Amino acid sequence: MLKLSAEQLEVIHQHAAAEYPAECCGVLLGNEAGEVKRVAEVAPLVNLRRDPVRAQEYMPLRNPDRESERNRYLIDPNEQLRMEKDARARGLAVLGYYHSHPDHPSRPSEYDREHAWPWYSYLIVAVEKGTPRDSRSWVLAPDRSDFHLEWLEIEKAKPATG
Amino acid sequence: MAVKVIIPTPLRQYAAKKESIDVEASTVGEALSGLTTQYSGLRRHLYNEEGKIRSFVNVYLNDEDIRYLSKEQTPVKENDVLSIVPSIAGGAPSSRAVSGSILRCICS
Repeated sequence: MLKLSAEQLEVIHQHAAAEYPAECCGVLLGNEAGEVKRVAEVAPLVNLRRDPVRAQEYMPLRNPDRESERNRYLIDPNEQLRMEKDARARGLAVLGYYHSHPDHPSRPSEYDREHAWPWYSYLIVAVEKGTPRDSRSWVLAPDRSDFHLEWLEIEKAKPATG
Repeated sequence: MAVKVIIPTPLRQYAAKKESIDVEASTVGEALSGLTTQYSGLRRHLYNEEGKIRSFVNVYLNDEDIRYLSKEQTPVKENDVLSIVPSIAGGAPSSRAVSGSILRCICS
């Protein structure tokens, strides 16, 4: 189960809307207790596919005429290294990553599956004509054949005190 | 020489849930092979069938990507930190091109 607050989901949705029609991406940081991954922080990251030359260096696209930042995301490993180091120093772990599917459902694609790692939560936001619609979280099956839908619990904002 | 290898969260289940593991090695390649000898479940996630480091795996020696050093032959020294950084990539199905080709079929 992945637990995040309504405010954290809002940060993801705003990022997804701001990047449309490109895909957005970011990291989910927090801690795992038993079967529950509780998100403590959501951090937007840069989609390296916006810089095709550098992105191609790390992970070449098979069909550059069909693939771009509109249907692909890639996280800069240098930024990832810095982010992971900073998170570790603060006692947080990488629970997974989020990304958007502009004008596509919040279901993982075959490309998502080929590039997925076990255990991580992959939160996908469907963005329809610039408006974030639904978000679902997925975990790769142990045999890599498919993704399993992960229970996503959104904690409501606490009422203001005083 | 002992170097510390940082294990990313998805691979900790194959490394006794540890966040980092100290291994004796004089090169990056030795450190990684020492690691997969101790924890054999890590092997298929780090190496491809030809025994090369998978392209989806980035390895950093301290803050440097080993691709820009001497790759697996890069020497390591006492107290160096080796980080395994998994490539994170994905994206929506590329249906724009698919619908484009359907359109071309209808037109021709």
